Amino acid sequence: MERKRFIYADNAATTAVSDEVLSAMMPYFRTAYGNASSIYELGRNAQRDIEIAREKVAKAIGADPIEIIFTSCGSESDNWAIKGTAEQMAKKGKKHIITSVIEHHAVLHTTEYLEKQGFEVTYIPVDDKGLINPEDVRKAIREDTALVTIMYANNEIGTIQPIDEIAAICKENKVLFHTDAVQAVGHVEIDVHKQGIDMLSLSGHKIHAQKGIGALYIRKGVVLPSLIHGGGQERRKRAGTENVPAIVGLGTAMEIACSNIAEKAAIVTEKRNRIIDGLLTIPYTRLNGDREKRLPGNINISFEGIEGESLLLMLDMFGICASSGSACTSGSLDPSHVLLSIGLKHEIAHGSLRLSIEENLTDEDVDYILETVPVVADRLRAMSPVWEKMMKGESYE
Amino acid sequence: MMYSEKVMDHFANPRNVGEIENADGIGEIGNAKCGDIMKMYLKIDNGTITDAKFKTFGCGAAVATSSMATELIKGKSIEDALKLTNDAVVEALDGLPAVKIHCSVLAEQAVRSALSDYYTRQGIDPLPIVGEIHIPEE
Repeated sequence: MERKRFIYADNAATTAVSDEVLSAMMPYFRTAYGNASSIYELGRNAQRDIEIAREKVAKAIGADPIEIIFTSCGSESDNWAIKGTAEQMAKKGKKHIITSVIEHHAVLHTTEYLEKQGFEVTYIPVDDKGLINPEDVRKAIREDTALVTIMYANNEIGTIQPIDEIAAICKENKVLFHTDAVQAVGHVEIDVHKQGIDMLSLSGHKIHAQKGIGALYIRKGVVLPSLIHGGGQERRKRAGTENVPAIVGLGTAMEIACSNIAEKAAIVTEKRNRIIDGLLTIPYTRLNGDREKRLPGNINISFEGIEGESLLLMLDMFGICASSGSACTSGSLDPSHVLLSIGLKHEIAHGSLRLSIEENLTDEDVDYILETVPVVADRLRAMSPVWEKMMKGESYE
Repeated sequence: MMYSEKVMDHFANPRNVGEIENADGIGEIGNAKCGDIMKMYLKIDNGTITDAKFKTFGCGAAVATSSMATELIKGKSIEDALKLTNDAVVEALDGLPAVKIHCSVLAEQAVRSALSDYYTRQGIDPLPIVGEIHIPEE
């Protein structure tokens, strides 16, 4: 096999549970396993530790503990924030929602569902760098706007949106503002109160907690209908016996992820820039997404004449785990809606590569990526009829 | 989504990649917009396919089906090559994920498209022999 190294460069997809998180969780499986609703000490301790985790999560994003509700994932948080607000506001006759064209499907498919339920949705475009103009949000706000939901940072191209400006515009117009911050938490400083965010979705497994735990921040004063009816857990908003180990793990993960953001970002940004600059020396490539207003660990490059799934499979053969916006990786005919929305042609969007790195990526790893990707690109281009036509100066459309 | 070992083998070590100079038939199918293009080159001697090569822009399954299709028609008569079905390509690869079946149809049609070109070059109307070339819908 050609694998000389194993490099996990898909941290935007998921991350490994860290040692600290795993150790924090372990007692809750076999010794501190009480049901947090039970009256005896074992139960009370579980309750106490859930509340400690809640404090940690709240503190990490500048919220009060009472504003944090644990969910099972980022998608659940998004669904609840959007559908819950829609249900609540429809009672006041407000049936208009504003979102963007580059949201995660957890948001887009939710707003599409609401459209079928009679809601109107405005999809704010992005510029060729993948950024939203806050003024477009202002212009889209109407008397009957129930909610603005705009992602904090994009999962594919890493662009960080002007959240403060959008939040301010929403506040000015007395419209609720939700943000899907699944990709941003732990990588960007967030202070929900200072920033004027009404609701924020986050997920554990992107920041070294386990899969299956997330949270929704709901600002005091914002009322959402209960998501799960049943017992009194999570202030009756989301019933069901708490997943104590996962919640404790999320608390630890948030505490760690949000403790030294600037320091980590500086390290990761340097590695990222080396990779971006290195990959852009390959002919017929382009960087997708704004170079500056971008998550520290996100790299998204398009390779003309190459199809993304082949690129991923071959990189895997060399031990590199990455991701793509190609149609083949999504199971649909169309390539990524995000890449199309920044103006990429279909055939170029098919050939995109996303690497999402963290500070543990070594300089040798970076070297290996920069040695391997050109080899793989050459190999695939050598067998690509699209590339052949490009080199002959013919059109392949 | 799982690829069989055979698919991965034909992706990692594709057989018959490249071009044939002075090919007797060249077929191209698919479009870059959809993310799959196959180009097939055939060398034909006395009604026998003596060599087949391909170039493919596409996913792992597109590469593997092109590779397998060229293997299946090499050394065969034109008549046999025209009988090549996408099912035979899928079977030879130990199956394909449902969303990738269209790649096997592309491979089948790329072969037909190259044979069609062969007849055209011979001054023979390919339509009655090869039939229409279909581009699969996904």
